[in-house]
Amino acid sequence: MARRAQLIGGLAFIAAAVIAPFLPDWVVSLATIAFANALVVLGLIVLWRAGLVSFGQALYYCIGAYVVALIGRWIGFGDAIVLVLLGGISAGLVSFLIGFLIARYREIFFAMLSLALSMILYGVLVKTESLGSTDGFSVLTPTFLGYTPHGEALNLTLYWFTLAICALSALGVGAYFRSIAGALAAAVRDNEIRVEFLGVSVARVIHAKVVIAGVLGGLGGALAALAIGHVDPNMAYWTTSGSFVFVAILAGAGSVAAAFVGSLLFEAIRSLAVDVVPEFWQMILGSALLVTILFVPEGLGSLVFRLRRKKAKPS
Amino acid sequence: MLLTVLSILTDGLAYAAYLFIIAIGLTLIFGVMKILNVAHGSFYAFGAYGAATAVGIYFNGHDWNAAGGFLFMILLAMAIGLVMGLILERGLLRLVYGKDEVVIVLVTYAVFLILEDMVVLIWGAQSYAAYQPMVAAGSIDLGDLVLSNYDILLVVLAAFLAALAYWSLKFTRYGRLLTTVIFDREVAAAFGINVTVVYTVTFLVGAMLGALSGAVMAPKISVTLGIGVEVIVLAFAVVAIGGMGSIEGALVGALIVGICRAAAVHLVPQIELFVIYGVMAIVLIVRPYGLFVRAQPRRI
Repeated sequence: MARRAQLIGGLAFIAAAVIAPFLPDWVVSLATIAFANALVVLGLIVLWRAGLVSFGQALYYCIGAYVVALIGRWIGFGDAIVLVLLGGISAGLVSFLIGFLIARYREIFFAMLSLALSMILYGVLVKTESLGSTDGFSVLTPTFLGYTPHGEALNLTLYWFTLAICALSALGVGAYFRSIAGALAAAVRDNEIRVEFLGVSVARVIHAKVVIAGVLGGLGGALAALAIGHVDPNMAYWTTSGSFVFVAILAGAGSVAAAFVGSLLFEAIRSLAVDVVPEFWQMILGSALLVTILFVPEGLGSLVFRLRRKKAKPS
Repeated sequence: MLLTVLSILTDGLAYAAYLFIIAIGLTLIFGVMKILNVAHGSFYAFGAYGAATAVGIYFNGHDWNAAGGFLFMILLAMAIGLVMGLILERGLLRLVYGKDEVVIVLVTYAVFLILEDMVVLIWGAQSYAAYQPMVAAGSIDLGDLVLSNYDILLVVLAAFLAALAYWSLKFTRYGRLLTTVIFDREVAAAFGINVTVVYTVTFLVGAMLGALSGAVMAPKISVTLGIGVEVIVLAFAVVAIGGMGSIEGALVGALIVGICRAAAVHLVPQIELFVIYGVMAIVLIVRPYGLFVRAQPRRI
């Protein structure tokens, strides 16, 4: 089962990589941003499996983005690979520190505290004139191990690079889900005290999840900063976190692939809606979220499993 | 020096009054129904827009009494809150009672998103001004210290609401029923309390308070898109500091945030936004469930 999923996932990634040169430029940019955001969503899925919702994932997203932008601004260093790694590591470090605190909280309190922490960063960035305040500032054009593409070539390279990071993250998270620590998520969600009686530290399990989600958030933010070419404090605002949660709920926690498909769909619908009916965009979002929660509480990804189960039944 | 301290205190008190009026509805709904209502921000926004419309009608070309305008504005906003609350609770929230608290937060978040666009549909994208009641109220000069009468009115209103909430919870029949439901919903139902009605009434009162907070703030701000987005996280911070579901907690939380923010604005304006959420984080670190809520036993 796991091997088959990996095979399908791998084929999908290869297909996504091969098809890119034949697509219009704007589609490639859109997909780059969608896949970057999908990493953040993947982090949320890791948390959601243990019953935790973070309304402050934009904190790590913003940290990753600002680290990339600041290194470019202060040192003028632009190698995408190093920058993205640094973005992920910094967000990971912050989440490691925050984890000691936040791993004690559950449910709404977890959501609220993470919200507060991301709003602190927002408050700081908005008031920091030297970093452009609410306007933010632009990001240097990235290079790739000495290769400095421009225009369409840059777009494509960045897309492939994002795809590669996504593939590695998906593999890593998939392995984590199959490991004991990952499998404990459902148990933690159902009944923590029993898990503790088994001799497992729930706080440590959750701490690990917070860090994984933090690193993924940082990677996503770093890639998004490179793809958009600009950073601003809104990346840390709670509505940004809200849209990540939105995609995670829509996609469901069932599988790793759901994060990527969900994020791609979300970006596609968003750009379509903003083009055609900008005044109804949030209404469409809200209605989709309501319908999902009311009728497909496991997320749209679960529809695939349902079909499969139905097929398996007659035999 | 003294002047700075005094203005921090008066500004802080005025801001705290405003925060309390917003937070009381949120904390009431959470205390009784265990719903963290993100759509409270929409109630606020609809209340503010409704008030701006009311002020526009009342003061436009007429020379009527300003106090009547204030009353008209509040009544219209509360009527809007009543209708919205009724539609939401009966039409939607009824369907999701019993689900995970976090899932219900997401439901109200979805409602919030939908209502954000409803505001544009009803009132358009331009901003409104409703300053007339505030200007008509005038101000008092105490030496160098200038106090707006409207701010004083807000403080009085907040105090009145706090007293009213305290009195109705402790000394009325409905308040006692409510306390029972807060304590244990199922036992209350077993003793014959109609929990469904209690829920509906609570949500309506909460929604009307949300709209009221928007209405009384409308004269002080420019009523524009996105006011609900800002306000809801502020109200969250206040309620989380005091302890979710606790009225006295909301009062203390509002005072803490109000004074801290006023101090920041007067002394170190760079940390104005930071300080609110910083205080919230610190309080939550020391007392995870807020100042006025006892830790809950974990389920086995």
